[in-house]
Amino acid sequence: MNGPSGKAPLHGADRPEFESELVDSGVIGDVERPLSFIERVINNEGVQRLAILVVLIVIWEIYARWLNNSLLFPTFTETVRTFWHDIRNGVLIDRTITSLRTLAIGYVFGLALAALFTTFAVASGVGTRILSTLTAMFNPLPAIALLPLALIWFGLGTPSLVFVIIHSVLWAVALNTLIGFRSVPETLRMSGRNVGLKGARYVGLILIPAAFPSILAGMKIGWAFAWRTLVAAELVFGVSSRSGGIGWYIFEARNDLDTATVFSGLLTVILIGLFVESVIFRAIEARTVNLWGMQR
Amino acid sequence: MTPVLLEVDGVTLQYKTPRHLVTATYQVDFSVHQGDRYVILGPSGCGKSTLLKAVGGFMPPVEGSIRIRGHEVDVPGPDRMMVFQEFEQLMPWKTVFQNVLFPMKVTRKFTPSEARERAKAVIEKVKLTGFQDAYPHMLSGGMKMRVAIARAMALEPDILLMDEPFAALDALTRRTMQQELLSLWEQLRFTVLFVTHSIEEAIIVGSRILVLSPHPGRVRAELNAGNIDYTNIDKPEFGALSKRIHKLLFGDETMHAHTTEDAGA
Repeated sequence: MNGPSGKAPLHGADRPEFESELVDSGVIGDVERPLSFIERVINNEGVQRLAILVVLIVIWEIYARWLNNSLLFPTFTETVRTFWHDIRNGVLIDRTITSLRTLAIGYVFGLALAALFTTFAVASGVGTRILSTLTAMFNPLPAIALLPLALIWFGLGTPSLVFVIIHSVLWAVALNTLIGFRSVPETLRMSGRNVGLKGARYVGLILIPAAFPSILAGMKIGWAFAWRTLVAAELVFGVSSRSGGIGWYIFEARNDLDTATVFSGLLTVILIGLFVESVIFRAIEARTVNLWGMQR
Repeated sequence: MTPVLLEVDGVTLQYKTPRHLVTATYQVDFSVHQGDRYVILGPSGCGKSTLLKAVGGFMPPVEGSIRIRGHEVDVPGPDRMMVFQEFEQLMPWKTVFQNVLFPMKVTRKFTPSEARERAKAVIEKVKLTGFQDAYPHMLSGGMKMRVAIARAMALEPDILLMDEPFAALDALTRRTMQQELLSLWEQLRFTVLFVTHSIEEAIIVGSRILVLSPHPGRVRAELNAGNIDYTNIDKPEFGALSKRIHKLLFGDETMHAHTTEDAGA
């Protein structure tokens, strides 16, 4: 502490200045060292996920063997045997294809309608408010609750299923796209308009790519909604035209009290969900939003 | 005398916030000549960025007129390319090369092969040749700003509009960028309208400085600064001009307030 008398010396002046040569840092080894094979394997997300799956399967198998009641809870091995059997004789593949075809039609129509709606919505303030009101109304409405209505309007068959799938995809995607459009930075918008972009070209070349992380999130939610809705709808009214879908496969097996087949149907639903999420959507993300640094 | 390129005549600009009608500038006159490095300088709240947006065609004046080569400015157009302060102006889904190519592709001002040649040349000019296939998120702030400048210049606009382009950079990078901008100008002699709140930057970058007073922005002075850059920053002319501008902006107050600390637009 300096006394009240006299000014404090210039701060730091009592310590000498110096410059020094750089210390040789070679002794600590390479600045960058590749991780060992084991370290990389353990850090791999896929390996970790696989390990979790293996643990779950072992628990399932042990519990089912201990319960020893294949009507209530078949073992993993039994489920896989049934699954493999139904794949070999083509039943399961048939059912899956029927479901996926319906799903694809509904999903594509849903996306197209969402694109159409949001394009009109961003064109004006009124459009935005109309769409946000509509999504607020219909997004919380479970698609399956519309099934009775769809049956009255379109009868038993694919059109009813497509209708409920469109409903489940449309609002989720429209909502996310609209949120994405709104969060496009003002400077990016201005630099688009600066080069004279307007209307559909402006939406297509600036807004859609800029909002793509959000749009992709909407597509993922939409896909999950659609897949769930479809399986549930097939359970409710079963067979459409001649061949039923995967929901019908599960429903039939329940009627026969064939629990192993019910399990194999559920396994199929899970496997397809996993495949779409972690293969298809992962690949899209890696080539777009991750590459562009818009999402980690 | 060089021909007049941009004429701003008695321009008053107003915009609405949810609660107020704000007058950004009041009856501002100035004209930019071919080859000028014209700087609009003023503290925050003097409407300088708003003025630049109006020249860009993003905002119509409530009074007065803005003409470029004698034509009234009404909508944004590629003859007035803007470079913004924010790094978000680059498209994150395009590489450096694609970002530079994009305006040329959209406006069809050049043939595709010509556009590619020009993009390559201008990327080399801003020293980013090794990075032309990188995406913006992999670049540093200074490099992103170079891409934005390259993108604007590749199109050969009548005038380059720069809205505090170096304000978001660190001090060392900012200095490098100012020097690079000047050396580009030495080579190409483009016309640039440059907005800043830093007196030092205005003197170094500008050949002519328009000083605006705040609330609302009105013209305080128009000064020459063409002979000062980093090579003679230690000469008395620099200090004298800087003092003169300081006085114009803040009156005879003591010089402890530094406008450079103020990052607002």
